[in-house]
Amino acid sequence: MSALLEVDSVSRAFGGLVALRDCSLGVQEGEVAGLIGPNGSGKTTLFNVITGYLRPDSGTVRVRGVDVTRATPARVFSLGLGRTFQLARVFSRLSVMENMLVATQRHEGWLRSVVKGQSSPAERARAKEILEFVGLGHLGHLPAGNLSFGQRKLLELAYVLVADPVIILLDEPAGGVNPTLINLIADRIRALNERGKTFLVVEHNMEFVMSLCHSVTVMHQGTPIVSGTPDVIRNDPRVIDAYLGGSDDEDDEDDEDDEPGGSREGGSWRHRPLTM
Amino acid sequence: MGTQLVEAVIDGVLTGGLYALMAAGLTLIFGMLEIINIAQGIFVLLGSYLSYALWAHAGIDPFLGLLVTIPILFVVGIGVEWAFMRRIGDRDRVSMSILVTYAVSLVIEGALDIAFGTTFVQLRPSYFARTWHVFGFYLEYIYVFGFVLAALLIAALYALMYRTRFGASLRAALQDRTAATLIGVNVKRVSTITFGIGVAVTAAGGMVFGATNDFSANSSTDLISRLLTIIVLGGLGSIGGAMGAAVFMLVLEDVVAVVWSPVWAPVIYFLVLLIVLSVRPQGLFGKVSTRAQ
Amino acid sequence: MTDGLLDASTTAGPDTRKGSSPRVPLGAMTRRAKAAAWILIAIALVAFPLVFSTPAVTSIAFFSVLFMAAATAWNSFSGYSGYISIGHAVFFGSGAYTIALIALHLHLAGGYGVFWYVPVAGGVAMVIAVPFGLIALRTRRHTFVVITIAAFFIFQLLAYNLSSLTLGSRGVTLPTPPWTGMGFNQRFYYAALCVLVVALLLSAGIRRSRFGLQLLALRDDEDRAAGLGVKTTRVKLIAFVVSAFSVGMAGAVWAYFLGDIHPQFAFTALFDLSVAIMAFLGGFGTISGPLLGAALLESLQQYFTIQYSSGSLYLIAYGVLFLVVIVLLPRGVIPTVADSYQRWRERRAQAMVNALPPAPSTGALAASEAHHARPPSARAGGR
Repeated sequence: MSALLEVDSVSRAFGGLVALRDCSLGVQEGEVAGLIGPNGSGKTTLFNVITGYLRPDSGTVRVRGVDVTRATPARVFSLGLGRTFQLARVFSRLSVMENMLVATQRHEGWLRSVVKGQSSPAERARAKEILEFVGLGHLGHLPAGNLSFGQRKLLELAYVLVADPVIILLDEPAGGVNPTLINLIADRIRALNERGKTFLVVEHNMEFVMSLCHSVTVMHQGTPIVSGTPDVIRNDPRVIDAYLGGSDDEDDEDDEDDEPGGSREGGSWRHRPLTM
Repeated sequence: MGTQLVEAVIDGVLTGGLYALMAAGLTLIFGMLEIINIAQGIFVLLGSYLSYALWAHAGIDPFLGLLVTIPILFVVGIGVEWAFMRRIGDRDRVSMSILVTYAVSLVIEGALDIAFGTTFVQLRPSYFARTWHVFGFYLEYIYVFGFVLAALLIAALYALMYRTRFGASLRAALQDRTAATLIGVNVKRVSTITFGIGVAVTAAGGMVFGATNDFSANSSTDLISRLLTIIVLGGLGSIGGAMGAAVFMLVLEDVVAVVWSPVWAPVIYFLVLLIVLSVRPQGLFGKVSTRAQ
Repeated sequence: MTDGLLDASTTAGPDTRKGSSPRVPLGAMTRRAKAAAWILIAIALVAFPLVFSTPAVTSIAFFSVLFMAAATAWNSFSGYSGYISIGHAVFFGSGAYTIALIALHLHLAGGYGVFWYVPVAGGVAMVIAVPFGLIALRTRRHTFVVITIAAFFIFQLLAYNLSSLTLGSRGVTLPTPPWTGMGFNQRFYYAALCVLVVALLLSAGIRRSRFGLQLLALRDDEDRAAGLGVKTTRVKLIAFVVSAFSVGMAGAVWAYFLGDIHPQFAFTALFDLSVAIMAFLGGFGTISGPLLGAALLESLQQYFTIQYSSGSLYLIAYGVLFLVVIVLLPRGVIPTVADSYQRWRERRAQAMVNALPPAPSTGALAASEAHHARPPSARAGGR
């Protein structure tokens, strides 16, 4: 089976700083793939390149066989690749329900969009259903800006789901979220995966990644160094080297900065035993 | 025609230096606080009126008077920043700043109208109109002195930015507020002082503006529009860009006035902005950016 | 930032309580109260010039209603999208000049006939808005403001310079209507009211349409909306053009009322900033906010003009009023009042729940839950 998402030797530098170096990666249909690595290893940059928010300097990205290397974020999204952001970008002054409806409207012609009302009952029902699914069903009327950080992450996932994407990229779904909500998020990802959604997840929480993902890729200094099942990864000495060895403290200007709460750091990995 | 053209270019460069100074203050404020200071226009005229008051009522030479008016405007700037600017939140920041600074400018305009009347005023010590005869051109003292003053103050601004501890903090905060905070820069205080400096330069700009134009408080609208055009063309936040754009625009306007007509020159001035931006929406020196975080 | 508890049903603040949820009846009641308020406003607006018929008062009322329309139209673009336009004076002035020049060239006699050309003036404003918007709306917010200022000056200068068309600084005189006494102001008042109704319908229509939702979304996060497939430039352009229509009509009625127009008054920088401040004072991006703001500020301006015949005091009063509001009610009057009303209702409902002896725990729980949802007035952190 060919990969749903193929990243082929992508490189990207910011000024003199190389964020991605000859990076290749494939995500198979139906799997939950994990992407881990120390801070500054290029994970978020890779996400931005895949989803069209950044142009790579070289290399190609294909989604379902279509070359999207120079596509806009909207085009990538319309091909069935949805993503969430590390800091959960929701429309804070719209209500939770309205957030859901923004993503339903991408196929409208402009004249129809002017003439028609905000939403049809069917769209509302579907939005409601998805909100229930992520546990936000009773909050539809609340301004999204009033949600807690974890709830925003769920909302962002929910409104991406409205467009029925084939593959979803999650940028640190568990980062800055309390443990109970993390379990809910993991549970929802599994449920969606059973319904046929493919995932690529960047995450620092090892427990989360190891228990959830079918395959894991480890990035180090802009390049994937190992990939395999969680068991393989856990026992690979290169992974431990990547995290503990050498000073990988170069500050990737575009990568994982201002984390709210500041609790999540590379350190959280270091203090945790590798066996889980 | 040929002589006129050269004269127009010289005039443009000389007044352009002055606009460069005022625009530098405006763009510095934008770069630092991410606000558009609509009140910059009225601050310039406040500078003009202060110099005028000192000269007309106390007989103080306008250049000497700057020793008083620059500190006054610095304090006014700090006061405005303290009272209003820091209350503007992150949401709708630019919009809010436009409205707030506009309200400030209305209040000052009303006060100036009451204090000085709405008729046009002249700030003309007798020696200002004397001329130098250089290479067949007549240069008025005030234009030359004004240019020299602007150049000196811009040099002082650069020295402040690149030769002092405060300047280092300022440049750090300009690049990345969060990072600057982390390395111990008091971004709030730097912002306040930057606003003060950005406003203080208008004292000098206002004095020379007043000496080269008849003015009333009403002139501020036209002035701020020109300054905004300059800083957008120069790339918002870029001091060098603002200076280049200032000289370019003023020369252009003077040249158009000579070769075509003085009435159409301002139309061309603003049209250039529209044309440039329809080709390069990000401005002459700006960069395209999509928020990817 | 407090993180929500897992079970979302316990996380979201007072209104999500299981069982005695006060939100539902509250919502229904506020909806009815809102409808009642709108009907009262409508009756008041229609009846006003019949009750207070002194020309001095109806003149103030006319300008207030006209600026309510302009502020509503301005808000339906700038308030919803977050793009501050200082160039709507272009549409106001173009509307004014359109009707004046039509009346001049068609040799229209004063009377109701002239009003038929008011929508034409709005149409001309729309046509101008298309290329203007196409250039301006491709840029980001800061630059957009400056382009609108430049466009405004270009149009003002064109009105001066194209004197073969606009008669330059001499201005254009419109035909004088044959109405005398109270009837003069009253007729213009109702014409302005018609423009206001159109502006309100368009504004409410935008708010409720699909593209209106997209417009509001891009105000919060334009790149993210674009990433979800919202055609941002097109959405902004439609709102820009629609709002130009109402503003052009307002300009036309204004010109006919004054009887003659000049470039510096038809295209005035004060227009946009006053309209912006009106919208903001009442509540940026709300439907009723601009109405309140315009009613307050425009009547204040007219009063000062009549009372002191000097604009200077009015400038100061206007600026100070706005600055005081900014410091005390940073989000505008309507949203702040609505919020405190909402909180008051919730507190009262809460007090009633607490008063019931069998369920004291509900109240305690709700009180602790209130920490999880931030109050609506809290600002989002980070730049």
